[in-house]
Amino acid sequence: MSTVSKGRFGIHGGQYMPETLMNAVIELEEAYNHYKDDPEFNRELTELFNEYAGRPSRLYFAKRMTEDLGGAKIYLKREDLNHTGAHKINNVLGQALLAKKMGKTRLIAETGAGQHGVATATAAALLDMECVVFMGEEDTRRQALNVYKMRLLGSKVVPVTTGTATLKDAVSEAMREWTSRIADTHYCLGSVMGPHPFPTIVRDFQSVISREIKQQLLEKEGRLPDAVLACVGGGSNAIGAFYHFIQDPSVRLIGCEAAGRGVDTFETAATIATGRLGIFHGMKSYFCQDEYGQIAPVYSISAGLDYPGIGPEHAWLHDIGRAQYVPITDEQAVDAFEYMSRLEGIIPAIESAHAVAYARELAPTMERDQIIVINISGRGDKDCAAIARYRGEELAE
Amino acid sequence: MSRIQEAFAAGKAFIPFITCGDPDLETTAAAVRAMARAGASLIELGIPFSDPTAEGPVIQAANVRSLSAGTTTDKIFDLVQDLRRDVTIPMVFMTYANVVFSYGMDRFLSRAAEVGMDGLILPDVPFEEKEEFAPACREHGLELISLIAPTSEGRIASIAAAAEGFVYCVSSLGVTGVRSVITTDIGAMVALVRKANPTIPCAVGFGISTPEQAKKMAGLSDGAIVGSAIVKLMAQYGREAVPHVEAYVRSMVEAVKS
Repeated sequence: MSTVSKGRFGIHGGQYMPETLMNAVIELEEAYNHYKDDPEFNRELTELFNEYAGRPSRLYFAKRMTEDLGGAKIYLKREDLNHTGAHKINNVLGQALLAKKMGKTRLIAETGAGQHGVATATAAALLDMECVVFMGEEDTRRQALNVYKMRLLGSKVVPVTTGTATLKDAVSEAMREWTSRIADTHYCLGSVMGPHPFPTIVRDFQSVISREIKQQLLEKEGRLPDAVLACVGGGSNAIGAFYHFIQDPSVRLIGCEAAGRGVDTFETAATIATGRLGIFHGMKSYFCQDEYGQIAPVYSISAGLDYPGIGPEHAWLHDIGRAQYVPITDEQAVDAFEYMSRLEGIIPAIESAHAVAYARELAPTMERDQIIVINISGRGDKDCAAIARYRGEELAE
Repeated sequence: MSRIQEAFAAGKAFIPFITCGDPDLETTAAAVRAMARAGASLIELGIPFSDPTAEGPVIQAANVRSLSAGTTTDKIFDLVQDLRRDVTIPMVFMTYANVVFSYGMDRFLSRAAEVGMDGLILPDVPFEEKEEFAPACREHGLELISLIAPTSEGRIASIAAAAEGFVYCVSSLGVTGVRSVITTDIGAMVALVRKANPTIPCAVGFGISTPEQAKKMAGLSDGAIVGSAIVKLMAQYGREAVPHVEAYVRSMVEAVKS
């Protein structure tokens, strides 16, 4: 591969964007390089993380799950306890603060489950910025409560009706909107995807998760974990949970993809399991696509994992064998959603339940003195109606 | 001189765009022949993509109609092969990076050259990523067309210096689609291109729909590109669109050449 462009993770990444946006991404990269090591910027961001978002999030020993599974000790990284209920706020506070420093007055964002949209709307309210969130029409129905929250927070929500009317179409529409209005607008991308520098910026802001896990586990157990598990759509919570362990070869890094109704069906969103190399949404990476490169209409019960690609750094970690990616079906995820609720009194997001599901398989195969950390990337309140429906029960408000 | 540059050497160019397979490939073939008859200088053939992020609603809908009708890259190569029995004006593909990459770059480019294409426009491949595609295009004798935008500013000189075929000057911010007014200082953009590369032709696209706009934009540059306005006719008249497209292209050609 002769490619030498910026923002590469192995062969993945790059900047496959319309010329109209190139100066915007270059300006963003320059601003980020300036502020990322700026003590004042970092002081402000740390204060927002701690005082506003409620960091550090807890690393909780799941005693009952550990006993029930009868193998490795299980710790839960409680990103669900962050303000707005998910890890998304880490990235959003960082990007919104950066955008403000760049003189931008308006944020736009895509959202799938609505967690990134709510987080962006929250940061916009806090920092007194205008905010428009693009959300697939299908997802506005699946996640009506989050649509209301975004409006309550002062944002405009634009339902996207093109394509499959889900997350990928929301990303496409946000990119189109950014092309038409650049001067005052920052595109607050929600995952470790898109053109450089987004995969790096989002990863850096999310890496607070693994920095805390490492420190908290050293305090509690005096050692590193044996495995870190996280769900993967675009992959922001996973890269955040993996990042500070990449150089520690004894720590297995496991990303749990949404297999939907199974990787042998067309109703799946498991990119590593079923995708192949391609170029889309600004990056080279793995994508679910047909033989002519048309992007596949993917499916998962989880709106947040319902995306046909994966961030370029994950694609690279897969290529070099540093991280492993496993497909988890809707059924396994729903079982895990119910399992963790009953055993630990913690209702995980259906996205995070994909990681819980794999922990249930992995833990019994490990020794009792080994340690698994599961990143509970979000809380599951938003999913209760959908899971009830999956089990044949209609909830009335 | 390449066939593309010969087309520009013949005077101000009018460049229509059409999405292949909208509503079907037979209609595309008839429309391309009609546009050539009407005096088009060069034709852009769109290969549909599932997620065309640089397109406005009109061309997005054409992509959906075409893919739903079962259009594939292979069928489009066959279409071009058939067109080349009698259509002699230059033709370039306009599509997205993944359509080329996923087909296999060499396989795609050798097939494109073999059926008689002259060049390729990839709106999601900017200057920074061009080197992944440009050497292979050159090897197969296809010209990879570069785009400049109202936001390009300091980038125009390097883009123009390395440009082949012609420079596609994007008239406005945003995606493709009809606009009532174009406010960008096109003359200034074209001057920057010519300063960096005096021999490269420069054609303006995005937002042009009326003969008046086309005449004005071609006056400021070397030609006008029109997509959405033609695709709108295809959407409105479907299989009956060919005479409407031919009449429209004829009026635009007259405006540009006058």
